[in-house]
Amino acid sequence: MGTTLAEKLWSDHLVKKGEGGAPDLIYIDLHMCHEVTSPQAFEGLRLAGRQVRRPDLTIATEDHNTPTLDIDLPIADKTSRTQVDKLRENAKEFGIRIHSLGDADQGIVHVVGPQLGLTMPGMTVVCGDSHTSTHGAFGALAFGIGTSEVEHVLATQTLPLKPFKTMAINVNGTLPKGATAKDIILAIIAKIGTGGGQGYVLEYRGEAIRNLSMEGRMTICNMSIEAGARAGIIAPDETTFEYVKGRPHAPEGEDWDAAVEYWKTLKTDDDAVFDTEVDLNADELEPFITWGTNPGQGLPLSADVPSPEDFAEESDREAAVNALEYMGLTPGTPLRDIEIDTVFLGSCTNGRIEDLRAAAAILQGRKKADNIRLLVVPGSARVRLQAEREGLDKVFLDFGGEWRNAGCSMCLGMNPDQLKPQERSASTSNRNFEGRQGKGGRTHLVSPLVAAATAVRGTLSSPDDLEDAPAALA
Amino acid sequence: MEKFTTHTGVGVPLRRSNVDTDQIIPAVYLKRITRTGFEDALFAAWRGDESFILNQPEYKAGSVLVAGPDFGTGSSREHAVWALKDYGFKVVLASRFADIFRGNSGKQGLVTGIVSQENIELLWKLLEAEPGKEITVSLEDRTVTCGELTVPFEIDDYVRWRLMEGLDDIGLTLRDEAAITEFEGTRDAWRPKTLPAKTLPKEEIVAARPVD
Repeated sequence: MGTTLAEKLWSDHLVKKGEGGAPDLIYIDLHMCHEVTSPQAFEGLRLAGRQVRRPDLTIATEDHNTPTLDIDLPIADKTSRTQVDKLRENAKEFGIRIHSLGDADQGIVHVVGPQLGLTMPGMTVVCGDSHTSTHGAFGALAFGIGTSEVEHVLATQTLPLKPFKTMAINVNGTLPKGATAKDIILAIIAKIGTGGGQGYVLEYRGEAIRNLSMEGRMTICNMSIEAGARAGIIAPDETTFEYVKGRPHAPEGEDWDAAVEYWKTLKTDDDAVFDTEVDLNADELEPFITWGTNPGQGLPLSADVPSPEDFAEESDREAAVNALEYMGLTPGTPLRDIEIDTVFLGSCTNGRIEDLRAAAAILQGRKKADNIRLLVVPGSARVRLQAEREGLDKVFLDFGGEWRNAGCSMCLGMNPDQLKPQERSASTSNRNFEGRQGKGGRTHLVSPLVAAATAVRGTLSSPDDLEDAPAALA
Repeated sequence: MEKFTTHTGVGVPLRRSNVDTDQIIPAVYLKRITRTGFEDALFAAWRGDESFILNQPEYKAGSVLVAGPDFGTGSSREHAVWALKDYGFKVVLASRFADIFRGNSGKQGLVTGIVSQENIELLWKLLEAEPGKEITVSLEDRTVTCGELTVPFEIDDYVRWRLMEGLDDIGLTLRDEAAITEFEGTRDAWRPKTLPAKTLPKEEIVAARPVD
């Protein structure tokens, strides 16, 4: 019997097979750090008198709590400043490369790794951040870890892990106009639930996945964790190689040929068997949004706010009651009638250049609805520079939006970019948890296309709802 | 890490599913650089509500949390485990846990026991009928006892062994240092390294300014 891609990567990184119920010891090729989940790990090293084993496989950047305004001034929030200063001190003390605020290579870790060419097929990638699953889009085994594990990787460059189960998610057919990678993943999470992926690596397969750009694939793998999965993965192909080629850390010459030869072997064997398979037909997808307070509470935009009685399970009914109350929604209301206060375009889910281009194509020549605040936060400083070269910043500003510096920003509201209590957002980020974007804030997760159309109309909308709908939609 | 064999303490029924780590500890509390002192941040948004379970005097001293399915979903923040521990919780029981949260708990000596949802419902009823009732969790027997009721729980064998022995993971791994070094010797030369650093040419980043 053949093996799946995830299993191949596992055995390629096996330092020691666990015996008698002990976990396997897995080698880590790339470890990314940021200011929030690393200080206690470095402190642990210091207390134990340990060194970082492989500074040359480690990289740090500042993203979670950093401001997106006035980045040339000292960070106003004292605790945020302390945390960022601590990361800089730790990087210096332990000899770790760091891209700090103001550096052209600063940005959200999951945008920075791929753009530097540090994320490649066939690697194991970890970071103290659950959205590390993003890097699975390259055919890498990539997953988020806690701070104790951050310390473990710093000290040993390995992790003791039990093998993950494997799940195939077959997305067949062709995405209709106006539907995007974000709608695929929101539909998958609604289908399998926030716990559906627990213990699994999800391998996304099928025609609709093959046809996606690397940006779209990253959006999908990014949200694997919202289905509870350890990781998401997509077998590398020409699209992947094309994306990696020529990036700063991409192999060159003979090394490139050797790498590609290996990368081409990275796919699930035809006779491999997954522990579970799930099918989704892309032909039927339409823009998808969340109405509740977990990413599994999603519906097509054409639907109405559901009623708790619509759910079969008692725990789902209770969750719906809580969610509707928190979100201030009445069952039966068309989702399209929901008025939005803030549109957030950004995050490691949808803060890459392609996302900004897709939104800008809709906003071009239009003005924002009066009730809307539009916040555009590029995923990295390089994305910001690229967008400015293409004139996208002008589009956002002329529309009435705000053009910010790079970081996680309102995705998790650790910096000043937060919702006020009861303020409602349409957000291209990944989590609609209670208070995620600010205490009392209400979040609807959407694609960049829905975000843009919503910013024009002021209520949850798709580009099809716009007068003179733009012809060239992604 | 302290060894864990048995614990007896007040059981807290938390009738909620999908308690994500943003609820356990909101992001604004993640800016500390210490590993302790997070007790005030636990369930911060809900603690403001007088009717919240931990605000009821009988449950205040709780140390065994009995929660709904999919506990600990979302963000990987280990602060969620630190906050539960700092408050005084030694055990969380639920029918399903998010993987990263469960892994983090194991590293920090917080026991996460998987109990069937039917038995969680029974425990909820007992704890609600008699607020402040104690629960005994035996890691040795893998059982939860509440009054007359004793139910089993599941936990990974290896994690259980490590918790019972109070062993530090890094120390265990470093016993295999020779195997790690040997493995490193087999890696292809083209695999990327972060050092020496390579980037596109440096460019100036203009700071965005607030709009009025």
